[in-house]
Amino acid sequence: MKTRYCFGGDEHIFVEVDEEMSLDAFFKTLSMTNAVRDSQIKGVTEICPANASFQIKFDSDVIRPDDMLEELKSIEAGAEKSEHVIETRIIEIPVFYRDPWTHETLMRFRERHQDPNSTDIEFAARINNFETVEAFIDAHSGAPWFVSMVGFVAGLPFMFQMVDRARQIEVPKYLRPRTDTPKLTVGYGGCFACIYSVRGAGGYQMFGITPMPIFDPQQKISYLSDFMVFFRPGDIVKWKPIDRAAYDEAVADVAAGRFAPLIRNVTFALDEFKADIDGYNAKLVEALHGN
Amino acid sequence: MAINVISAGLATSVQDLGRPGYYHLGIPISGGMDRYALRAANLLVGNDEGAAVLETVFMGPELAFTEDALVAVTGADLPPRIDGEPREGWTSFTVEAGQVLDFDFLKAGARAYIAVAGGIDVPLALGSRSTYTLGALGGFEGRNLQPGDELAIGSGGSGAAPGGSVPQHLRRLPDVPTELRIITGLYWHRITEAAGRNFLDDTWKVAPEADRIGYRFTGGQPLKFVPRQPPFGAGSDPSNIVDGCYPYGSIQVPGGTEPIVLHRDAVSGGGYFMLGTVISADMDLIGQLQPNTPTKFVAVDMETALAARHDRVALLNEVRATLL
Repeated sequence: MKTRYCFGGDEHIFVEVDEEMSLDAFFKTLSMTNAVRDSQIKGVTEICPANASFQIKFDSDVIRPDDMLEELKSIEAGAEKSEHVIETRIIEIPVFYRDPWTHETLMRFRERHQDPNSTDIEFAARINNFETVEAFIDAHSGAPWFVSMVGFVAGLPFMFQMVDRARQIEVPKYLRPRTDTPKLTVGYGGCFACIYSVRGAGGYQMFGITPMPIFDPQQKISYLSDFMVFFRPGDIVKWKPIDRAAYDEAVADVAAGRFAPLIRNVTFALDEFKADIDGYNAKLVEALHGN
Repeated sequence: MAINVISAGLATSVQDLGRPGYYHLGIPISGGMDRYALRAANLLVGNDEGAAVLETVFMGPELAFTEDALVAVTGADLPPRIDGEPREGWTSFTVEAGQVLDFDFLKAGARAYIAVAGGIDVPLALGSRSTYTLGALGGFEGRNLQPGDELAIGSGGSGAAPGGSVPQHLRRLPDVPTELRIITGLYWHRITEAAGRNFLDDTWKVAPEADRIGYRFTGGQPLKFVPRQPPFGAGSDPSNIVDGCYPYGSIQVPGGTEPIVLHRDAVSGGGYFMLGTVISADMDLIGQLQPNTPTKFVAVDMETALAARHDRVALLNEVRATLL
């Protein structure tokens, strides 16, 4: 892991913590951005953590770009020593895999896909060496995921699965991006899962849909009344496969203001996790479903 | 009720200076693409420089006023008319209750800013009145104006007199052909030396896909990449990176073919490499580029960028001194 600092014009510094994705790179990103926030450097206007990199926007009338760069470099040393323990939350997100809406959409854009003769999820299962789509869904919904970045569009979470690299699912993006993606599509590109927070263009493979809105500018949805964006970096997500009946019921519950996402506060320690990944994940899921 | 929208033009939205502080959640800053013109429009009608105005692109709206108002139109040369009678741009004028403000054909530039004394009164959303259409956030019901909309005017007007005018030499619009100054970097090292030279030597043209999210350019040579083993999670295309943040003004080149410069409604991040960033002083000019405008990207250093930044502030100070 070699940190690379770079100016983005005269108002941004882009910091690449690592060229490749890993939980270590993500945690270093998180500790560095937290440290920047805590240090309250004058002139900083935006602190944006991403998967294995982050970006600071600043007012160069207040702080000179070179001085800003020195401030960030001095923070890196402290972040290296950070223990990588975070207080966060684990959230269960229901997913209706192979739903009719993403299916209709993916059929419309078949000519932009690597494999026009199979669906996105059949393609992803095959190139990741799963015997069946069911086995693929078991893997996708089995181990939990870290929200490693929120962005692209309002409130969209990028998620990285909490398994060792050999078990990471990897898929390419569409050959040419679609001009349409249903709202709340559960997607996949590179090594990242996502949920499309709004309807729009997209290049990620489409596996299913969640009934649970994650962005509400009107703030009418009960659990988004305090803030319009649901996710923040560091959240842990566990998918729960559901069928059509459960999906319809959840949609009705959301509309009636009855839907309450299952959320538990948890402590996550990176070193303990790495020592026993499956055991640690089992404990996280236990915390989610326990009382 | 104070302004009835009879026709809305191509894309007319409420904008102020923007909504900083939420980019880390994918909510971009939004606000006027040409903030110099937006500030000047507000100054002309005696508003705070950051009051909410209407931003209109290529083709102006038709607006019926139901109360007397002081109005100014700046930015693109999109000549305003009151009941069909021409009015001067960059100059404040009175509109009386019952009169209709509309616009002649666009002569130069792309985006005009219509300021009304008191400001356009829409609710604040996360501290700003700017419209972010992709997120249906802010502005008038989170969207561009439509015929039949009724806009309220704020009560904070200063009682400025009509006839205030920004001198000709301060009416800033890009030259055609245009030069955009950039600081190279970010993932510049992903392309070959020859590709880097070509990128800066080629004349690009603004593509039809140019909006508040970003401006696309075509016509230059495809970029050649330095060969690599794709880093884990980046994706197999040579233009892919592990999804990261996109600076405002950053230049991404998906597949190495057509550069896109992100602007005020930017997507906050993604998986395409960027080869540099347009300097802050030139960002206003991008919002005034019409499709097909020949454009060159000129590499400058940080000192030049900061000097240009100060020049832009000095220009704005001259506008302030003229009008206050």
